[in-house]
Amino acid sequence: MTTLTDDTLRASPRAMRDEMIVFAVMALLLAAVPFTGVYPFFVMQALCFALLACAFNLLIGYGGLLSFGHAMFLGTAGYCSAHALKVWGLPPELGILVGVAAAFVLSIVTGYISIRRQGIYFSMITLALSQLLYFIYLQAPFTHGEDGIQGIPQGHMFGVLDLSKPTVLYYVVLAGFLAGFLLIFRIINSPFGEVLKSIRENEQRAISLGYRTDQYKFLAFVLSGTLAGFAGSLKVFVAQNASLTDVHWSMSGEVVLMTLVGGLGTIFGPVVGAFAIIAMQQYLAGFGQWVTVIQGSIFVICVLTFRRGVIGEIAHYFRRSL
Amino acid sequence: MQALYAQLLVGLINGSFYALLSLGLAVIFGMLNIINFAHGALYMMGAFVAYFLLNLGGINYWWALLLAPIIVGIFGMILERTMLQWLTGLDHLYGLLLTFGIALIVQGVFQNYFGSSGLPYAIPDQLRGGMNLGFMFLPIYRGWVVVFSLVVCLATWFLIEKTQLGAYLRAATENPTLVRAFGINVPRMITLTYGLGVGLAALAGVLSAPINQVRPLMGADLIIVVFAVVVIGGMGSIMGSIITGFALGVIEGLTKYFYPEASNTVVFVLMVLVLLVKPTGLTGRAA
Repeated sequence: MTTLTDDTLRASPRAMRDEMIVFAVMALLLAAVPFTGVYPFFVMQALCFALLACAFNLLIGYGGLLSFGHAMFLGTAGYCSAHALKVWGLPPELGILVGVAAAFVLSIVTGYISIRRQGIYFSMITLALSQLLYFIYLQAPFTHGEDGIQGIPQGHMFGVLDLSKPTVLYYVVLAGFLAGFLLIFRIINSPFGEVLKSIRENEQRAISLGYRTDQYKFLAFVLSGTLAGFAGSLKVFVAQNASLTDVHWSMSGEVVLMTLVGGLGTIFGPVVGAFAIIAMQQYLAGFGQWVTVIQGSIFVICVLTFRRGVIGEIAHYFRRSL
Repeated sequence: MQALYAQLLVGLINGSFYALLSLGLAVIFGMLNIINFAHGALYMMGAFVAYFLLNLGGINYWWALLLAPIIVGIFGMILERTMLQWLTGLDHLYGLLLTFGIALIVQGVFQNYFGSSGLPYAIPDQLRGGMNLGFMFLPIYRGWVVVFSLVVCLATWFLIEKTQLGAYLRAATENPTLVRAFGINVPRMITLTYGLGVGLAALAGVLSAPINQVRPLMGADLIIVVFAVVVIGGMGSIMGSIITGFALGVIEGLTKYFYPEASNTVVFVLMVLVLLVKPTGLTGRAA
């Protein structure tokens, strides 16, 4: 059985150096955005989804676990941050902390439940759990049901950074994204990440070598869920609302699509995929439900002909891991 | 008490749909090793085909009950031949992703032409009205759905567990290479199995059309509940899928009566409880 990722690529110090160069180029390009006239709202939105997709990719690309419910972390953190900012009047940094803490707790609970099953069942369980949360949020009073939490104050981060200014907000979101990205990069290249990859490749062998694979998968799940929550909290400042769309199964599907397009198990793939999908939605917004049809077609085409994704194909061509 | 019986009946009807759909998922998973995410969309197509047959062709419910599963089944077999068969040997997750894409396409196309509102489908004349059972009033159509679904489920069970064809099918599930060596055309069996599973979903769609109206997204939320049903019951046993489907429908109906706020979530909560107590599912083997 072929695995999800390209196993012809070998990690090496040189590969690590290449990745750092690509990272530096990406960071510089993103930092230059406010000077280029590109609509910053679009880039900020894409950055939030890119972080979400990277967090999701940590689980599928390195742990081999396909979560079909990652929207629950995005939405939960979003709702909790929004509530903390608007109703409790907390400053932005504490608002983010509340959201991330909520996602952390949620990922411990859902991870404990879903890690008990493998493969296809794991996907169905995470999907069902996120649907459970969807219905809870639909009925809970603090989420305001169909209306969502609107008009969230952006406030001053650390008392000095005025987030209602687009440029300031942009750099705060960018800093958050880069911090999350580097953390994931660090996790992937840590001994923990290596064990995770070995579990993905051959869980039985990892068990026979003495690793408690369930604990590794559980920790990967919690890390992934918490980072997805961080993306959800950042998104609250960009969109200034938190709504049911963020917890819906179609959102979980979009995250999967972004990662698939960019390349499962690649470091930069989810970022490329997120920008591509968000840009597509932006340009095709006038076509109504045809966007869904196009997204479905991309799924089909990717799975049938383009399983490595954009970055995966490039990495394969140059025989580097990217 | 009237209300309780009415909710129990609704529960049994939902249970029949869970049973028909999870049965199809289990049969397909056994042969193709794919979780068919498009199952909900194909269920919806079944209802729409019945609607088209009636409104464009003047073909009535009884013919639709036969024709819609065949038409959707053929559509499914085309999907299997053109797309799903290329996934053999790949990680199972690709099957989930591919069928999810198919579901998005099918649902998106129908949403474009029919929006999100429901289209009415009249109950056939012969099944109109109701009868007084003494303790409750039974609308005949609803009683029909439960009885007919049960018959179809048991027939499917009989086909797979007790006939020669079913024996080939079960053997090919265990070891396709060996069955092939005996001269049986396994790829064709796989295609037919997918058609059968999909046909069951379409049949459920036709049955539900007069009750729930015909909507493009009627299968989208249903399939997630059915996934939870499958996790609870496990996909190892045909009879297990049928019993779990009906039982969860009834439990959902009871919840609607005693604690309506939880009726949307009760199946998911039960799934969590089952996973905590018996991670392999009630009837399932380890995955």
